[in-house]
Amino acid sequence: MTAAFRISGAGRLSQARTASFSFDDKSYTGIEGDTLASALLANGVHLVGRSFKYHRPRGFLSAGAEEPNALVQIVRDDARKTPNVRATVQELYDGLTANSQNCWPSLAFDIGAVNDLASPMFSAGFYYKTFMWPKSAWKNLYEPKIRAAAGLGVSPEKPDPDHYAARYAHCEVLVLGGGAAGIAAALAAAETGVRVILADEQAEFGGSLRFESGARIDGQGGFAWAQGAVAKLKAMDNVRVLSRTTAFGYYAQNFVGLVERVSDHLKSPGRELARERLWQVRANRVVIATGAIERHMVFANNDRPGVMLASAARTYLNHYGVAVGRNVGVYTANDSAYAAAIDLKKAGVNIAAVVDLRDNPAGPVIDEARALGIEINFGRAVISAGGKLRVSSMTVQPKNGGGERTVPVDAILMSAGWTPSVHLFSQSRGKVAFNDETKRFVPGTYAQDCVSVGGCNGTDGLDATVDEAYAAGAKAAKEAGGKAGKSAKPKVDAGESCSRGMLGAAPGAGPGTTVKAFVDFQNDVTAKDIRQAVHEGMRSIEHVKRFTTNGMATDQGKTSNMHGLAIAAEELGKPIPQVGLTTFRAPYTPVTFGSIVGHARGALFDPTRRTATHGWAASQGAVFEDVGHWKRAWYFPKAGEDMHAAVNRECVAVRKVGGLFDASTLGKIEVVGPDAAKFMELLYTNPWEKLETGRCRYGIMLREDGFIYDDGVVGRLAPDRFHVTTTTGGAPRVMNHMEDYLQTEFPHLNVWLTSITEQWAVIAVQGPKSRDIIAPLVEGIDMSDEAMPHMSVREGKICGVPTRLFRMSFTGERGFEVNVPADYGEAVWEALWAEGQKHGAVAYGTETMHVLRAEKGYIIVGQDTDGTVTPNDAGLDWAVGKKKTDFVGIRGLTRSDLVAKGRKQLVGLKTKDPKVVLEEGAQIVADPKQPIPMKMIGHVTSSYWSENCGRSIALALVAGGRDRMGQTLYVPMPNGTIEVEVTGMVFVDEKGERLNG
Amino acid sequence: MLLIRCPYCEEERPELEFRNAGEAHIARPTNIAAESDDDFEKFFFIRANPKGVIYERWRHIHGCARFFNAVRDTVTDKFIMTYKAGEPKPAKLPGAAK
Repeated sequence: MTAAFRISGAGRLSQARTASFSFDDKSYTGIEGDTLASALLANGVHLVGRSFKYHRPRGFLSAGAEEPNALVQIVRDDARKTPNVRATVQELYDGLTANSQNCWPSLAFDIGAVNDLASPMFSAGFYYKTFMWPKSAWKNLYEPKIRAAAGLGVSPEKPDPDHYAARYAHCEVLVLGGGAAGIAAALAAAETGVRVILADEQAEFGGSLRFESGARIDGQGGFAWAQGAVAKLKAMDNVRVLSRTTAFGYYAQNFVGLVERVSDHLKSPGRELARERLWQVRANRVVIATGAIERHMVFANNDRPGVMLASAARTYLNHYGVAVGRNVGVYTANDSAYAAAIDLKKAGVNIAAVVDLRDNPAGPVIDEARALGIEINFGRAVISAGGKLRVSSMTVQPKNGGGERTVPVDAILMSAGWTPSVHLFSQSRGKVAFNDETKRFVPGTYAQDCVSVGGCNGTDGLDATVDEAYAAGAKAAKEAGGKAGKSAKPKVDAGESCSRGMLGAAPGAGPGTTVKAFVDFQNDVTAKDIRQAVHEGMRSIEHVKRFTTNGMATDQGKTSNMHGLAIAAEELGKPIPQVGLTTFRAPYTPVTFGSIVGHARGALFDPTRRTATHGWAASQGAVFEDVGHWKRAWYFPKAGEDMHAAVNRECVAVRKVGGLFDASTLGKIEVVGPDAAKFMELLYTNPWEKLETGRCRYGIMLREDGFIYDDGVVGRLAPDRFHVTTTTGGAPRVMNHMEDYLQTEFPHLNVWLTSITEQWAVIAVQGPKSRDIIAPLVEGIDMSDEAMPHMSVREGKICGVPTRLFRMSFTGERGFEVNVPADYGEAVWEALWAEGQKHGAVAYGTETMHVLRAEKGYIIVGQDTDGTVTPNDAGLDWAVGKKKTDFVGIRGLTRSDLVAKGRKQLVGLKTKDPKVVLEEGAQIVADPKQPIPMKMIGHVTSSYWSENCGRSIALALVAGGRDRMGQTLYVPMPNGTIEVEVTGMVFVDEKGERLNG
Repeated sequence: MLLIRCPYCEEERPELEFRNAGEAHIARPTNIAAESDDDFEKFFFIRANPKGVIYERWRHIHGCARFFNAVRDTVTDKFIMTYKAGEPKPAKLPGAAK
């Protein structure tokens, strides 16, 4: 069954290919190729939404991307409920389900419409005036009620199940917009052989040729010519043609972001198709051919469903074969609405009257309209539209006042003129210029290698547009290195032209009136609101915009900005260019988060780094923690053990027998070259020149300001070779820091730096039995205390593979760190594990590592230090070479505040109740009885239960801490104040005898 | 996304490969330990932060890894030129008024 408003013989869709769909649970039939808008209009449905603030009934204003009103929710399933879809761009597919938004209980009867009656309360700037006080209203009224009442669609509750693709592309000429201008430019550029990309937001190319019934090019109708030309372009190897692709952002150096809607128009997209594809294109030259957008007339109740742009009605008729009404009124201030009246009249629609604000216009379209018997009224205005859920009449009055006449209509087509789409040009940081004669902003000063052609450049007429675009396409290609191609410029046989029009409020909605004449439909901004903003002191258009929210909706003011600007300028008594134009920002139309995120979600959001023993640890039931990008074994629970029990067992076992720990994530840098020692002298506080080959030293690295930046054990493998370790998290920045100094401050030093973090797996074997565990597997290294004392490094073999064997300890026990090439890491670990099992050693994780090092008072940079801690503060003065004359940070250390008394110093804390474990980060006070806010003198940096000590232990930064030994301090917590005693930082084996135990 | 010319690789590469490293032409004093408080303050803390032409250090960290210097306009974000670390501040900028 043919829908009621589908005109037989009109439009380009095949009536045979029907598609059924539903809107607000009612079923309809459309045709493949329809948009949701054209399909609803074919069924006589105009009412599709409620406005943001006043909940006024709304219909379709446009037939394109500029649509402010017809926003719907498209529902595919529970997880696919896309809100705020413009029905004018959503292509119909069989089974499409759409719902209206922002209305309750129903679209036709919406309780929220009470806001329309209360509109004086909600006038311009009401957000700023109303949401101020009382404070309690935020919780009870503003957030839950007013915010809920104003709104658009609802977000889906489930994660987005679709996937989104991304492509980078390069080309010589990128053409944005596939109307007559864009196609002509692409043809010219393509013929030179350079790489061309042509993109258009519509499913089919042609732009305004979709509705311009009068256009003829190369002997064909304009739209047919466009299809032929695009087919020719598609067949060329050097051309990429992208339909359904919107250029949303124009960035520096001709970098353009485009989003291609791959499958939103399909009934069953399937998993293999992405939903959208993000294109990031770098172009040598860009041709902007984005056309122009028709403006509405600003008069009372111009938002009633059925009131729409003249070009939209033509598109619905000429492309989709749909009449937007049976008895249509036309209200215009330029010629282009006449073409709509003519097309509709010829299709059998009654034109009730054309109302033209101009006094005595003349021209061929006016003559043709008159010849068709259409009633034309010059010098008159439509001062109001009647009807509520659908327009029912228009009230006409001479524009300078006089008798009113009410004309019954079921649709009003309006045209105030055309606004060049300078969005992308402006985003490219080009400066627009105001043409006073045509009253429009057009591209003025260019900032990038681009050119605007056709409607977006203010060029009127199809002939002039094609001429300009073809020449621009050829020039851009030539500048980008194209060869001269054969000229095959399309010949325009007939075209349409329109310019001029009006800006601002029409008669009846001018100064002093209070009617609801909408400027911005989506945000419910009326002409009165703009004037009120000026009266309340807004002078800049940027302020007017923010005060009224004009142009701030999802359509970004495509139809409203120029009207708003003109009204503000009139009220300010200034010429338009002096009031300025608001900045155009990306995106041109709304872009989904999905398309920007692409594949970077879930497991692919961030890389995961795993050590060589990860699989082994997982098989042993290890629990992992994230450390930077690394997954590190946190603890190894046995059956029935919680974390506390596992860590206690691991801690005791390491000190009693031994333990294996994967330390591979520590950063490792090889410092090599004749000047390696000199370089180390400059980058670390310690002396290095005299460190013997085969020995190690704990090094501290400062920033130039004197604060601790990193630390780690460094082994000297040869006079010209140091094996440096860094903290896990600090590895990249330490490498950067070293490179920076080497390349820019000390370039005279002959040194090479190589990151070897990933090349060496590191297995720490710690505990009294550590040597016994390792020794059977090692070849070529004498591991006796005499030959290999604490803090030494040897090269040899373990399990037949090369090793750098460090004798060092981060537990205070006799300990070793076995470095082997990462590929052998797991095998060597398993061999060591087998040896360890003979002695009863355990595998331990990062938590036990933390506890054991805290028992010895070994600091962790970034936990016990925070970027304001000096070596002295941390009790590490011994590591600063006193005789050195230079190292990074030497001058910073002598700054007055860094040597002042009372600095926070790292100390140990013991709770008076040994069972109480302090919270890390807890604040410390000297007197718990002082009034709040208390003077805080420090904070807890590390705190653990120590099974080895049989009590809790903690490290803390405390003002003047080392002078407070034995003092009682207090840690106020929500459940009471905890008493602590200041102690030294070493809780186990103060003399350090166990290093050789 | 900006294109930045690495003076070592001698080609323009996307901004993602680079990292800014602060103002250029601030030499670390050779005898830094003897610097006065005022001089150290100027060296370490004070930066120009101009509106317009800025001389700054960049590192081609995801490329050749070299540090180099660049002249950039902070208003337009445009790179006016780049040159190798250690080279003097250019006396004249390309495109500047003659």
